[in-house]
Amino acid sequence: MPEEKDTGDSKRGLLGMFDTKVVQQKANEDLEALKKPTKTELYKSVFRVKHDDSPRSRTLGVLSNVFLHLHPAKINRDAVAYNYTWGMGGISFYLFVVLTWTGVLLMFYYHPTKVQAFRDILYLEHDVPFGKLLRNMHRWTAHAMILTVWLHMFRVFLTGSYKKPRQFNWAVGVILLVLTLLLSFTGYLLPDDQLGFWAVTVGTNMARATPILGHEGPFGPQFGMTPFNDVRFALLGGSIVDANALLRAYIWHCVAIPGFAATFMIVHFWRIRKDGGISGPSPMMLESEIKNPRR
Amino acid sequence: MDWYQLWEIISLPDNVPIVLLMIMLPFYTWYGLRQAFANDRLIAQLEADPEMAKTHHRKTQPFKKGWPREVHVWPYLLRIEFLATVIVTAILMVWSITLDAPLEEPANPSLTMNPSKAPWYFLGLQEMLVYFDPWIAGVVMPTLIIVGLIAIPYIDENPLGNGYYTYSQRKCAIWTFIFGFIVLWCVMVVIGTLIRGPGWMWFWPGQTWDHNKLVFEVNRDLHEFVGLTGTWAIAAFGTAVLGAFVAVSAWGTHKLLTLTEFNRKILDRMSLTQYLLLQLLMITMISLPAKMIARLVFRVKYVLVTPWFNI
Repeated sequence: MPEEKDTGDSKRGLLGMFDTKVVQQKANEDLEALKKPTKTELYKSVFRVKHDDSPRSRTLGVLSNVFLHLHPAKINRDAVAYNYTWGMGGISFYLFVVLTWTGVLLMFYYHPTKVQAFRDILYLEHDVPFGKLLRNMHRWTAHAMILTVWLHMFRVFLTGSYKKPRQFNWAVGVILLVLTLLLSFTGYLLPDDQLGFWAVTVGTNMARATPILGHEGPFGPQFGMTPFNDVRFALLGGSIVDANALLRAYIWHCVAIPGFAATFMIVHFWRIRKDGGISGPSPMMLESEIKNPRR
Repeated sequence: MDWYQLWEIISLPDNVPIVLLMIMLPFYTWYGLRQAFANDRLIAQLEADPEMAKTHHRKTQPFKKGWPREVHVWPYLLRIEFLATVIVTAILMVWSITLDAPLEEPANPSLTMNPSKAPWYFLGLQEMLVYFDPWIAGVVMPTLIIVGLIAIPYIDENPLGNGYYTYSQRKCAIWTFIFGFIVLWCVMVVIGTLIRGPGWMWFWPGQTWDHNKLVFEVNRDLHEFVGLTGTWAIAAFGTAVLGAFVAVSAWGTHKLLTLTEFNRKILDRMSLTQYLLLQLLMITMISLPAKMIARLVFRVKYVLVTPWFNI
């Protein structure tokens, strides 16, 4: 029978597990493998590519990673210097991530109702471990994001990066700027304190004056606008800043606007790559080299 | 000089971003323009020396033959991004530990805050309310700001300065943006935060915010200066003045667009729609400082008064 003839080779496999020598040898193999964890199938299945400093591995390290794959493999050698981009776009995105993170944590402790909202903030400040830090960080990050978004716009303007072929991405950026401001503004009401209440009252009162669509705006009354059916009513879910306004601000703030912003961000980052990556620093063009536009 | 009042305004936790803005904006303006002027010097050299223009790599950054034009993202960019997140996180941590987010009393519709202010980034719009009715300051102007910003790439026909800092190749664009963004937007935000006190009254920095301050300003409509009566006469007069303003600022804008040989060259490339849109946006932009001067210096309330709306 073939099994009986089989003596030497098969005993190296686990079939010979009742042989102490084979078990010892197997154990040694496994121990050796522990010394080089990067050679194991477990490691390879997770990381897929080598992480040495060969150009191929560096390229694959970026391209085969889902979190990094929005980057190109290589970029303009002068673009990595801080003085060109000021890093404001990237920092804005990082602040958005921080805001999402702290925001979700805050949602665990917050009810968007008139009875509970303010008490939730007090609870957060005095009883929740690190609750005060959490709320502070959410607020200051929001302020910081507005600053970085403004400065990002300023840099993009100064470097003329909105010019062909990046015109559309500039438009997407303007929409993201508006969404950033709206995100911050809708969050202002949520603590349901005097500061937020009056800021939102002042802010939404302007909507009364919308031409045609507001009850105090030019031609508003002539088009049948009253405090109970105009655009301000739609924003607040009522004629005053009250429970419905709180709920609406909450939903805009936590669901709708972040959703829009994330969508536009996807387009924004995608278009950076599709429009040829970061705009510069590119070689300077001279006045004598201007070509006549095609008509 | 009430230093305490000044400190009280500046040290308000919610006003910290304004203080940061007042430091960062001048810094980054200088930082950007410094590179623009450095590039401009190289541009001047290249314009003067066509031979040099043929061989030069056309950047102020150093470059030698044989150097790669591109570097790997891993690690040269990713390490910077990682460092940036670490630094930003550290700043946020320190900021959040040292300063508490404000929390006032529970919302109370029957107790008006004085001054009741919008969040700091909208204070430019709230300050605009002094000069324009809410339908302009709160609706038309913000809409035009957004439309105008989106329109920038589509009306700027100047192909120079794409992807590098320069001042000399884009003088008009840079001046317009700095005027609109820094002077009209950021300075208005700063005025709204630091200068406007109780009753939205003007308090110079260091002046005490006096809640009982009364100012007897007699703001008059423009037609009252000439003593007109009658709805139609007033409306016609206002329309005429407004028309004159539009004509003058359109003329001024056109002068600017045809000021130099280069400006004329760019204007020649523009389509009629581009030109008209640019004029509309410029006239709207100029109308803000014009109305500010009319209001603050000449105490004019409205220029155009009609039964339906006033401007």
